[in-house]
Amino acid sequence: MFIKNYFKEVFSAIRSLLKGMRRTGYYFTHHKEIITQQYPDNRDTLNLPDRFKGEVIMPHDEKNEHRCTGCTACELACPNGTIKVITKFEINAEGKKKKAIDKLVYHLELCTMCNLCIVACPSDAIVMAQTFEHSVFDRSQLTKILNNPDSKIMEGIE
Amino acid sequence: MWSLAKITNSIHEALNNQFSAGWALFFEMLMAGIAVISLFAILGLVLVLMERKVSAWMQIRLGPNRVGPKGILQSFADTLKLLVKEGLTPGGADKFLFNFAPVLAIIVAMLLMAPIAFAKDFQLWNLNIGMLYVSAISSVSVISILMAGWASNNKYSLMGAMRSGAQIVSYELSAGLAILSVVVLTGSLSLKDIILSQQNGWWIFKGHLPVLIAFVLFMIAVTAETNRAPFDLAEAESELTAGFHTEYSGMKFALFFLAEYVNVFIVCCIGATLFLGGWMPFHIGNWQQFNHIMDYIPSSIWFMGKTFFLIFLIMWFRWTFPRLRIDQLLTLEWKYLLPIGMINLLVVAAMAIGGWHF
Repeated sequence: MFIKNYFKEVFSAIRSLLKGMRRTGYYFTHHKEIITQQYPDNRDTLNLPDRFKGEVIMPHDEKNEHRCTGCTACELACPNGTIKVITKFEINAEGKKKKAIDKLVYHLELCTMCNLCIVACPSDAIVMAQTFEHSVFDRSQLTKILNNPDSKIMEGIE
Repeated sequence: MWSLAKITNSIHEALNNQFSAGWALFFEMLMAGIAVISLFAILGLVLVLMERKVSAWMQIRLGPNRVGPKGILQSFADTLKLLVKEGLTPGGADKFLFNFAPVLAIIVAMLLMAPIAFAKDFQLWNLNIGMLYVSAISSVSVISILMAGWASNNKYSLMGAMRSGAQIVSYELSAGLAILSVVVLTGSLSLKDIILSQQNGWWIFKGHLPVLIAFVLFMIAVTAETNRAPFDLAEAESELTAGFHTEYSGMKFALFFLAEYVNVFIVCCIGATLFLGGWMPFHIGNWQQFNHIMDYIPSSIWFMGKTFFLIFLIMWFRWTFPRLRIDQLLTLEWKYLLPIGMINLLVVAAMAIGGWHF
């Protein structure tokens, strides 16, 4: 019984190893299908996957309006203090005080692209952009303010 | 038709006409040394590029393709970089042993070149105990690894070296048993005799299943002995940064790197000699015409072709299989390879006595 199991083990091991080698052998002989991209050459036709995480941006519509309510959920979710939400109080049309963002400061140099802020945002105000060429000569350029100057919150976002 | 043997003979005669026998021998040794060193340099360049290309294609990548046409100058650029880098010796290291270890690794590789027959009648040293010499010298390589690991004064290096010690000591046994099975069939330890005994067919075909098993055992054992994946526990990048050569940089690192590739080349030479007939052309029984065509291919090309086929096989292993754990490694050797190798050797011995092989 032991001997039988022993040889069964040996043969199944050899079979699984050969299976793996057949797969890599197939890749070796079919090296026309390449999964890597020839980056600097194909810069114009770069084909990035949808979920690629380049940097955090805040999309604005044509009326210069964003969806951020200033709830600071992203700031709380961030594991290394990349996002700083500076809020202010605005008086709206009905004369009520309402919280809004003054600046949403984003430190790209600290960001690990973990996507937690995007997940935490209740109003989908921030998204991950597909840009990735972030090299600059001065570190201060990496500290970005995500909301455009004079931008407002969209109607109906609470 | 010219051959390597003819060239060496004419050089030998010319030198003997010009100088006394002692000086002629001296110049011949010098030329052999230069030839071995230049072979090392070429092997380093070619095998590194081959490894990178093979790995890239197996992982659906392109590999080096920027330096030179199709990236063939990549290894020259790498060598240049390693040459100009600083060879740092860490402060806490044992200076002499630390600097001596890579040299020892290269010396071992160089010594192993001596008995290998690269072509018909083209051999540095036709030793009558060639196989014993090879297995004895190759076990010295573990000393250079242990020396490097211990002298570095680094925990990663020491762990890598200790693992390598356990690994090489155990896998040498099954490599030895695999080598013995061909030696039993041939009745000689000399590499030349082993090749000549395969005149009418390579051992892998002549020896039926037992020699095939011995070949598989040999390939597994030498992959482990040269510290290559899936048995690269001595380096184990993901666990030990770089294992025994963590502290090495510049040319000292390059020597270890070169020694690894040269060792792969040498064990593949031995494998080709033992199982695939060395420089013997491929012959099929009584097909005179086919055999004649095969004879037209020079013996050196046959030898290199077989060797590079085996090197490719070892690279294929490396880029397919995941690394073993140390206990799995020793289980594989002591519970599987060694018992199978021993029983296989008995079967081969019975076959040799009974004359059941072709």
